[in-house]
Amino acid sequence: MTTRIFGSGIRRREDPRLITGGATYTDDVQLPGMLYAAMLRSPHAHAKINSIDITSAVGARGVVAVYTGADIEGVLNGIPCAWVPPGADLVAVTHPAIAKDVVRYQGDAVAVVVAEDRYQAEDALELINVDYEILPSVTNPEAAMKPGAPQLHEDAPNNQAFHWVSEGGDTEAAFSAADVIVKDTIIQQRLIPNAMEPRSAVATWTKATGELTLWSTSQNPHICRFLASLVTGLGEHKIRVIATEVGGGFGSKIPVYADEMITSFCSMQLGRPVKWTATRSEGFQSTIHGRDHVEYVEMAATQEGKITGVRSKIYAGMGAYLSTAGPGVPTILHGLIYCGPYDIGATKADVYGVFSNATPTDAYRGAGRPEATFLIERLVDLLAVELGTDPAELRRKNLIPKFEEGHDVISGLTYDSGDYEPLMDMVLGHADYSALRQEQAQMRENGHYMGIGVTCYNEICGLGPSQVAGAVGFGGGLWESAIVRFHPTGKVHVYSGISPHGQGEETTFAQIVSDELGVDVDDVTITHGDTSNTPMGWGTYGSRTTSVGAGAMVIAARKIKEKARLLAAHLLEAAESDVEYRDGQFSVKGSPDQSKSIQEMATMANVAWNLPEGMEPGLEASAFYDPPNFVYPFGTHLAVVDVDKDNGHIVVRRYIAGDDCGPQINPMIVEGQVHGGVVQGIGQALWEHAIYDDNGQLVTGSMTDYALPRAHLLPNIESLSTVTPSPHNPLGVKGVGETGSIASTVTVYNAVIDALRPLGVTRIDMPLTPEKVWQAIRQGHGS
Amino acid sequence: MFATEFEYQRATSVSEAIQLLSNNPGAKILAGGHSLLPMMKLRLTSIPMLIDIGGINELRGISVENNILRIGALTTHAEIAESYDVKDNAGILWETAYGIGDPQVRNRGTIGGNISHADPASDLPTVLKVMDAKFTIQGTGGLMRGGSRVVSADDFFIGPFETDLGENEILTAIEMPVLMANQHAEYAKMAHPATSFAVVGAGVVLTVEDDVCTAARVAVGGFTPVPTRGLTVEQALIGKVLNEENIASATILIHGDLGSDVFGDVFASAEYRQAMAAIELKHAIFHATGLAHHN
Repeated sequence: MTTRIFGSGIRRREDPRLITGGATYTDDVQLPGMLYAAMLRSPHAHAKINSIDITSAVGARGVVAVYTGADIEGVLNGIPCAWVPPGADLVAVTHPAIAKDVVRYQGDAVAVVVAEDRYQAEDALELINVDYEILPSVTNPEAAMKPGAPQLHEDAPNNQAFHWVSEGGDTEAAFSAADVIVKDTIIQQRLIPNAMEPRSAVATWTKATGELTLWSTSQNPHICRFLASLVTGLGEHKIRVIATEVGGGFGSKIPVYADEMITSFCSMQLGRPVKWTATRSEGFQSTIHGRDHVEYVEMAATQEGKITGVRSKIYAGMGAYLSTAGPGVPTILHGLIYCGPYDIGATKADVYGVFSNATPTDAYRGAGRPEATFLIERLVDLLAVELGTDPAELRRKNLIPKFEEGHDVISGLTYDSGDYEPLMDMVLGHADYSALRQEQAQMRENGHYMGIGVTCYNEICGLGPSQVAGAVGFGGGLWESAIVRFHPTGKVHVYSGISPHGQGEETTFAQIVSDELGVDVDDVTITHGDTSNTPMGWGTYGSRTTSVGAGAMVIAARKIKEKARLLAAHLLEAAESDVEYRDGQFSVKGSPDQSKSIQEMATMANVAWNLPEGMEPGLEASAFYDPPNFVYPFGTHLAVVDVDKDNGHIVVRRYIAGDDCGPQINPMIVEGQVHGGVVQGIGQALWEHAIYDDNGQLVTGSMTDYALPRAHLLPNIESLSTVTPSPHNPLGVKGVGETGSIASTVTVYNAVIDALRPLGVTRIDMPLTPEKVWQAIRQGHGS
Repeated sequence: MFATEFEYQRATSVSEAIQLLSNNPGAKILAGGHSLLPMMKLRLTSIPMLIDIGGINELRGISVENNILRIGALTTHAEIAESYDVKDNAGILWETAYGIGDPQVRNRGTIGGNISHADPASDLPTVLKVMDAKFTIQGTGGLMRGGSRVVSADDFFIGPFETDLGENEILTAIEMPVLMANQHAEYAKMAHPATSFAVVGAGVVLTVEDDVCTAARVAVGGFTPVPTRGLTVEQALIGKVLNEENIASATILIHGDLGSDVFGDVFASAEYRQAMAAIELKHAIFHATGLAHHN
């Protein structure tokens, strides 16, 4: 073959099984003798448990066992937090899998019923009698730090989980010297991730061997095994985690949850397989939430519009306990990217992580970076208004000029490569930006309000060098590994430690390996998600699957190719240095007729009839890839909105996403990722909101009240791109899984505020529901 | 989503269903199941017996006779949305049916089930009220001749999830006068982004002769216990030329027609919904009269 399949938008090989019901998700797993678990969850946000009476439940039809916090004490260790940002005085509070003395959020597990079927388990839940003594509660992170606020943990005075400060340059000096300072208060509202597949766990304990097999809806089965080992006390070699088919995660399936540990405990106690699957309502309460910041932010600039400083003070809600990666989100993944795509002289993030009586928060698509991008881009728009300049031109003025081999920014990062302005020009040109501004002016004269939002972003992803992971307190490495194996017939099997869950990497990985080895793409199978047959890996999140995971595959494939070349030289009776590889063929220089295919070499290496002296049989290689740096995709997004001043209704008329994620392995999949991310970000701007009432009750705890984006409320998404390779990974690729959600929230938000500027509106808290917009218009200023 | 245990009976005729109802206290009729089953699965309600009327064909079907459009209670939203009889004779209902939920909901959900459930956020009660619909109800007396009664939409809805239906009665058909050439009907709503249920819905049927409104039926719903007739709005419209000014001054009067029992929630407060009632009403009249194109 002579054409590379890299860059071809071939159909996703995952889809036939996913859309025909042919995939085996965790809840599809049925084992002989299986029991079903149901969790009793606290209806209260904060309460003391005086007593729990399980007598009736134990005697109910079909019930095999009921366990409470007392039963797991000394058997299951606490649920760990695995990201401890350094220098932040983080309080690692104990997080028992089942609450024993105190419940700290609505949804905290207080008991588990195991029964012969799920209906019986649910019926028995109603027979458990818990005597709660209700305690005062607090859910807002800023309020939780105020004197007199209800206290969650004895070890954490003022509910402070940590205090993390990161400063680059001298912000004090930058703000004292500034000609102009703009400020804003930003509420990054709580969001509830909703993967199509609810969380689920199936645990089966083999007493004879002392082995636990756990099917888990995890984005990172190897981390899950690692943390399950800490919680259960079993050695990692005695735990097998299977997460081969996972129906979406968006970050919510990174953490190791109490539920799968409780399910494992039940199986180990009873010696029978146990299944637990969250109902959707249960997921709303007990699956991690995202965002939840109260932010005070400001930007300093010169009169000419040169941005000289950005700083923040942030109260980041952690919820009742610290989730697996929770503390890393508002700190490392947030405060270090305050420069965005601009050359800013000084940045400072001052972040309080706060306990509150709410569901724990963790990474949600974009994780820290949407919040950072939002505050930078919001402040740039405010600055443009203050200076009376066009917001797009103000951005252009501050963009970092083209760089190919790294660019240091003051916040402490080294961007890999970037060429921001051409993509901005492409987006503005495609939108006909000046015509849009003219239309806006004309419409305003007629009393109609349209707005334009332009965002330039730069994000950090492809997490990341392991040395940096260690330095920033991440409790693991961030390399990836792969085994690439030729079967005797010349077919290829790749085993990856990374764990895609719907993104399409089975297809893109096969494209990459097909090109590297010169075999047909359909002759490559990608296996992932089962710790028993895949090498160690750290999982799929942080837009790292391709830039890091595929890096390992490419290196392994190249090792194989070299071995095959040496074998070909031996069989062709040519000097090793005379044999070259091209498109799946090894040939002798100058004698193209003398050649051997890589498939022939696979056969010959596997039968091992005639190998060069010292060569081992077989044709396979493993490789570990630890990236030397993160990758930094970037782009410009533009939204056009129409706002109805009579009822506050917003229509997103156009959305243009310009993204540079480096070379695109499969442009169709890239576009799909952009669409999904953009839609998720617009969901935050316009509709999504986890609302707790004054008693810590989740008011928007179902699909009836929590508004996810719907197709008929969204515009056609126009997708554009440029290609700026990363200089440091084998393929030059960057990530694209999160770019959409990083850019789109603020793009739409800025467009709405831009529309309403003539009416005196300067800010509205998200989500921008019709009533909030209407109220802001009526009041003629920020609500 | 795990309901408590319940019995299931499939009725083959209306009289059998009514007999099952009267013999089993607490039993409920199962039509499309799109309101009742979720409530049961969320354990918001526990029903000892469901009587499935899905197999009773006499409850299905759409016909027009003597200028009356008749729709069997078991007719699905999808069947209504695909019916030319409905489109040609009650376009407002046709369009509303098409806007309910999503294809799955429309394929299963029935007009009778929807009305009997009487969810204040539903669109159909408001539309049927302005269409002056009549509901045929069969009770135990139905075993003999003459056991049915007819109730108008104005009297059928009593409160949230509460209707005039007696314990042992079944709604069997919905009838309404077909729209005449000089009648203009429209339903406008602000939909909740999560569910497409009405945050505020407004329906109008206007009779126009020589540009003058000679008769009007107006109602708003979605935020009141039952759809609320805009009687003062109707009075203000009748006898007037339907121009922008007259429509604006009439629709604003809806505030006076609304009682004090107005709903609000975290998405939209009562104050906002009250304010939106006039606006949605205005939208509905603009669309009904063709003025929307000029606005």
